[in-house]
Amino acid sequence: MPSIVKPLIPLAPLARNELGLTIRDYEGAMSTLCAGCGHDSITAAITHALWELSTPPHMIAKLSGIGCSSKTPTYFVRGAHGFNSAHGRMAAIATGAAAANRELTYIGVSGDGDSLSIGLGHLAHAIRRAVKMVYIIENNGVYGLTKGQLSASADVGTRPKKGEANVVAPIDPILLGLSLGATFLARSFSGDKEQLIPILKAAAAHNGLALIDVISPCVTFNDHEGSTKSYRFMREHEVKEVVADFIPEREEINARLSGGGRRSVTMHDGSVITFRSVPEGYDPTDRMAVESYVREHQSTGEVVTGLLYLDETKPSMHQVNHTPSSALNRLTFDAVCPGSAALAELMADFR
Amino acid sequence: MEPTNVRDPNYFHHVVDCQWACPAHTDVPGYIRLIAQGRFDDAYMLNRASNVFPGVLGRTCDRPCEPACRRGRVDGDPVAICRLKRVTSDLKGEIADRLPQIPATSNGKRVALVGAGPSSLTVANDLAPLGYEITVLERYDRPGGLMRSNIPNFRLPAEVLDAETGAILDRGGVSVRYNSPVTSLRALLDEGFDALYIGSGAPRGKELDLPGRHDEVGDSHIHIGIDWLESVAFEHITAIGSRVLIIGVGNTAMDCCRTSRRLGGQDIRVMARRPREFFKASPWEIEDAEEEGVAIVVNHAPTRFVLEEGRLVGVEFDIVEWDEGARHSRVVDSVTVPCDDVILAIGQDNAFPWIERDLGLEFGEWDLPVVDPVTFESTRPGVFFGGDAAFGPKNIIWAVAHGHEAAISIDRHCQGQSVAERPPAGLNLVSAKMGMAEWRYHNDYNPSQRQQMAHLDLASRFRSLDLEVELGFDPDQTAREAQRCLNCDIQTGFNASLCIECDACIDICPVQCLTITSNGTEEDLRTRLSAPSENLDESLYVSGPLPQTGRVMVKDENVCVHCGLCAERCPTAAWDMVEFTLLAPRAGADVVRIPVGTAKGEDR
Repeated sequence: MPSIVKPLIPLAPLARNELGLTIRDYEGAMSTLCAGCGHDSITAAITHALWELSTPPHMIAKLSGIGCSSKTPTYFVRGAHGFNSAHGRMAAIATGAAAANRELTYIGVSGDGDSLSIGLGHLAHAIRRAVKMVYIIENNGVYGLTKGQLSASADVGTRPKKGEANVVAPIDPILLGLSLGATFLARSFSGDKEQLIPILKAAAAHNGLALIDVISPCVTFNDHEGSTKSYRFMREHEVKEVVADFIPEREEINARLSGGGRRSVTMHDGSVITFRSVPEGYDPTDRMAVESYVREHQSTGEVVTGLLYLDETKPSMHQVNHTPSSALNRLTFDAVCPGSAALAELMADFR
Repeated sequence: MEPTNVRDPNYFHHVVDCQWACPAHTDVPGYIRLIAQGRFDDAYMLNRASNVFPGVLGRTCDRPCEPACRRGRVDGDPVAICRLKRVTSDLKGEIADRLPQIPATSNGKRVALVGAGPSSLTVANDLAPLGYEITVLERYDRPGGLMRSNIPNFRLPAEVLDAETGAILDRGGVSVRYNSPVTSLRALLDEGFDALYIGSGAPRGKELDLPGRHDEVGDSHIHIGIDWLESVAFEHITAIGSRVLIIGVGNTAMDCCRTSRRLGGQDIRVMARRPREFFKASPWEIEDAEEEGVAIVVNHAPTRFVLEEGRLVGVEFDIVEWDEGARHSRVVDSVTVPCDDVILAIGQDNAFPWIERDLGLEFGEWDLPVVDPVTFESTRPGVFFGGDAAFGPKNIIWAVAHGHEAAISIDRHCQGQSVAERPPAGLNLVSAKMGMAEWRYHNDYNPSQRQQMAHLDLASRFRSLDLEVELGFDPDQTAREAQRCLNCDIQTGFNASLCIECDACIDICPVQCLTITSNGTEEDLRTRLSAPSENLDESLYVSGPLPQTGRVMVKDENVCVHCGLCAERCPTAAWDMVEFTLLAPRAGADVVRIPVGTAKGEDR
């Protein structure tokens, strides 16, 4: 951990977003993770994305479970709401919070242990329910806090720092999401903010659960020769053929489209995602095609990254359940608790 | 870009903006760190190694370092470097035993120095420890040159000057012939010295030849600034009229007006031809003069001394208007300002009436001797010039810098070596790492404001010429000001072969001065950095290709605050904080060269 807090240097003009805030206003406490941890880069990307989106800090809720990854919400947007929940329960807490207050931007940060082992059930159901949130899996393939045992996302053949190579097939969050009907699936790499920041911004605009699997090397326990989640492995095996740009609703879309997007998808809030490049015959809205493309590359040991799958047509949790259009805390008491007569009427319906 | 060569002493030296700007290359961050540690003797000695007169310069320096100071680019106010230099002198203990040893036996070479001012004394300081027999010729009865005669005691107490000249003159190897103005260079050459150094300053104040100037009546009330200050210093003048006009706006003018204030002047005006932004005086000296009730009057061009009934009654001025840039003026009115005395402080010239022109010593433009700007040698081998005598009036710190270089030349000349061949500068790099996230310096950014120095109150200030106005920093101010220093000499050293491109350094940098990107030309790279790169005077530190992607690490040196967070966050120690020491060349380099690995503040 650094010996000092990142100082606030009164340098002349730091850029300001629409709210008049600088990027320093979107930072949090100093990270206590290992120096060089991929998670810190993801934290920096989240900080950047939220600043660029001009999301008011008090309209952000940060949620996490347990693990190295789950410590990170402390390290961004110190003015946001936060809930550091029990191991694997981030998705459940986020579901409840989103149900109660649909007006916040939910940033869930989890890890491969938190989401693919102990919390896999909660993740699956949050996807099913289409909770409107950004769900980030900081995926390093090991249990870092318990000193580097291989996790459920470790590839077959990958070697831990000590001990035997892995023989058990991994859970791939993207393929899992495709099979569960997820509507926004992306994979990225902590060492590539150019790709990650636009994906995070698009995810925040998505009308449903946006699952981002970010390969985030564990610099202490999984950055060695023989690892498939190391900085070097990712740089040698990453396939970045799906490249998407995010254009917020308020920006002039035509200006940005002239770059020659192959395909664009308008999001429910009017923002646009433009796919600057996709592989020949690839359709980011075709579930089957995406699955076969990801599997094909997986079989050759390549890691496909980018905003891989997007479906803006499906309703989110609030639409499915016909919930009130504002946060519950803004409803009058009468609306939240209409009285025993109304209850009796409702009960009568079920008889 | 090619990878930056940090083995070139100039590279990291340039990053230490203050040291780079100082003509004598004083190791500013080094001594400030020693102050912060309470090691005032060490801090004084480190200062002395380059600028020789820390006590004098801590009060009188023109401070070229401060406008260059990185802190000024960060929060607008540079570190009070000069004030801290004075602290080292104020708080040091006994340092006599740490001064360079003077050998008991001479090396058989005799060197004469003309004038006992700052540049000559620097030459003596550098050469005496090498065994040279030094003879100094001084026209007055005390050493110091203009430091003695032109800087009033209320700015520079005599004890401070005495101590620092004494450290050079009173320790053997140097003999001084006081009250011995040199009247003939030929006669001096005939004494058979192995080398001659002329550091006699620019002793002639400029004249203002206006009507009435040479009238016998007016003459005793019209003074040449530097001569007048000298007469005050040597107590030949002890009073002045109550209404005084100073003509000129340099530092001499400021000294003249403040001195007048102490000799009985009541209504004192500094008369300037041009607007304020074109004044030559240091801003703080103007401030001090105004604090003492001196009026500064701009846009007044003198035209005539007004004499009536056999006495000076005033000076007539044209009131002028200037165009933008103050190149051309237009007279709009004229006025006679009444006065009792006038002091002319409009500059000074070199004067060498005592140098015969048939000695093979060429004179060029402005009747200045032709002097090599690197070796300080004249066209006659073995005769060297330095200080104001070489290139006209500059500040003390320049005279010191000239003295060091001339001493190298004199040493080489006397040892039969080529004077043109100069010993190279070297550098010393030592890791500042003490442990995990632990450094040999205090790396946190301190948001303190620049400390203001207390002044003697106006009521007591004018009682005597000898009462020093500036009171020095108190311990609390010293501690705060020392922590404002950004330790620019603790450099960010980068080892590309260790980098895994995890971005940790880039994410943590509080000023966004780091970027990993594909290589390009400097112009191109400057457009692609994390933060806008607008200061083209500051370098880009570019690495070789990084092992994983072949991209390069680029650091914009401009606004780095040397907080060390990049090195603390680096998992592979590709970044390290390394203490840079400039090994400036000195006469007899073998004697004073710093052993590799020696930390700052150790005896050298």
